[in-house]
Amino acid sequence: MGRRVLITGLSTFWGGRLAQALEADPDVDVIIGLDTREPQVRLERTEYVRSDENYSILSRIVRATGVDTIAHTFLVVDSTSMSSRAMHEINVIGTMNLFAAASAAGSTVRTVVVKSAALVYGCSPKDPYWFRETDKRVSPPSTRVERSLLEVESYVRDFARDNPHVSLSLLRFCNVIGPDISTPLISALELPLVPKVAGYDPRFQLVHEDDVVDAILFALNRQVAGIFNVASDGALPWSEIMAIANKRGIPMPPMGIATATSPLRRLGLVDLAPELINLLKYGRGLDNRRFKEVGYQYRYTTAGAVEAYVEALRLRATVGDREPGYHYEDDVEQFFRHSPAVLRDRPTT
Amino acid sequence: MAEEHEQPPEPGPRPTKTTALVPMHLPPVADAPEPEPLHDPRTGDVDDWGRSEQVREFARKVYDPMYRRWFRAEWEGLEKIPTEGGALLVSNHAGAIPADAPAIMHGIETELGRPVYGLADHFFKTTPVLGTVWARAGGVVAHPDNAYRLLREQQQLALVFPEGTKGTSKTYNERYRLRRFGRGGFVEIAMRAGVPIIPIAVVGSEESMPILFKLPSVAKAFGLPYFPVTANMAFGPLGAMVPFPAKLKLRVLDPITFDVDPDQPRYSRSRIMDESEAIRQQIQEALFDMLRQRRSVWFG
Repeated sequence: MGRRVLITGLSTFWGGRLAQALEADPDVDVIIGLDTREPQVRLERTEYVRSDENYSILSRIVRATGVDTIAHTFLVVDSTSMSSRAMHEINVIGTMNLFAAASAAGSTVRTVVVKSAALVYGCSPKDPYWFRETDKRVSPPSTRVERSLLEVESYVRDFARDNPHVSLSLLRFCNVIGPDISTPLISALELPLVPKVAGYDPRFQLVHEDDVVDAILFALNRQVAGIFNVASDGALPWSEIMAIANKRGIPMPPMGIATATSPLRRLGLVDLAPELINLLKYGRGLDNRRFKEVGYQYRYTTAGAVEAYVEALRLRATVGDREPGYHYEDDVEQFFRHSPAVLRDRPTT
Repeated sequence: MAEEHEQPPEPGPRPTKTTALVPMHLPPVADAPEPEPLHDPRTGDVDDWGRSEQVREFARKVYDPMYRRWFRAEWEGLEKIPTEGGALLVSNHAGAIPADAPAIMHGIETELGRPVYGLADHFFKTTPVLGTVWARAGGVVAHPDNAYRLLREQQQLALVFPEGTKGTSKTYNERYRLRRFGRGGFVEIAMRAGVPIIPIAVVGSEESMPILFKLPSVAKAFGLPYFPVTANMAFGPLGAMVPFPAKLKLRVLDPITFDVDPDQPRYSRSRIMDESEAIRQQIQEALFDMLRQRRSVWFG
């Protein structure tokens, strides 16, 4: 019997990418994707279930489908993408319901992978240059997204303690870069003039989006239990990242950035997250050795990830998007998955 | 996945204990061939610590006349500093803008040709422009993890002033009297990293920028650790930045090694405090000895 995987946040970038990767794995029997919105990418055999944002139907799904693996990729780390209220519902309440369902009596769940973020370490001038998994954050959490992720991690810890038979991997990703993902950092990097803070040139560590998907798959397949930082080798100054991306910077005053950029935010042009402003002053580094010790091999270094991202953007600027836009049509998907008319034994082309 | 052979023969998930998430156990990694180094298209030379050899080289070029002609720095026992392997350099700290830190870093880099990372308060990192220049010139925030990584894993030289701002903020009438050496954290780091401590006594930095008195209210208003009124300020705003040409003498004392195992979770607090106090005494005695021999503040 193959594996039965539940993905939360199927319509997020990570959920979609993960589902596509799992569909290619013949050992995976069933893939169930949960989200509030319809999937944004073309999927062959993933079953999409619409839920409300805090997953109140989750325990029914877990019981009915007997999933053994959960990939929790729905955590929101971009505070500019939604209101803090909605973020709290998704991150904290959603995680609470997820773990309540996964630890219910008779639960078949044996593997859980949670995609968290380096935001839990915070960002302050007193930080060590390389955070290890065991390090506590130095400064108290100052932004809502950081607070909600810390709460999420406390639920994760409780779950791991109460369910010693479950292999739980908590992956903390540093800032992601890649041509397909949108994060506050990438939208800053895509502006005509890249914002920087005058007088500061912090160390930045990044990870490529392909490495993120690989890392989640690695944790799912190898069932490495524990907390792991996921970040590429090398910490570069922000100025060097701009240089590799062939961009010029625009200095912002060291103080009152939020006030200075508020007209741009009103116009909807630039929305710098408070976490990003702090990062542009002090930077952050993660010690990535523990994940390498369990056998993960990165595809890119930090500089390599920036270069790969820039090259992909150049290609796109010349030839356009490789894949046409995808729109989820419920009847069509139902037909292909469940109609007796569709021949399923043939190898997919 | 290529790692199939790692899995037990029966399909399905393997139960793993995760009672304690943090002190986790790692499954043995198969003897995989060393992966090829990844493509790393760096354009700058800034290292993982924010230090740039180009900036250092420029700083050395600019600072060298100051070091040789202005301060006429003179070393004693420079051969006691190892040419390879990690070591923690510990020195006294004085002067409103201390002349000792750049002199020690410059001296060792030019004479021994190996970098010195200066551990300092996070105050620098919070300051625009200064913080960036400081990091490029080899400054690192004094965090135990940073020091451990520098000393143990990268076998570098790190310089630390255990007195911290308590040393640089003392007024002229208290010159060459060492302050408390923090809580002995530098000893613990050297023990954990398994590197020797090399004490350095510096004479001359006290007189290069003597503090007459301090203005605590101004310091508070600007968020500075201290706001000194120095004798140099008598020469105008520009003169305030220029140190007096006091003769700098640096004496390297015998390296101190600790007969404890590195990487222990904790070390005896009383042992740490004793060692810290002994090192402070050694530097203090060396300072008194050097001051006894000093005929002139300006000519040594």
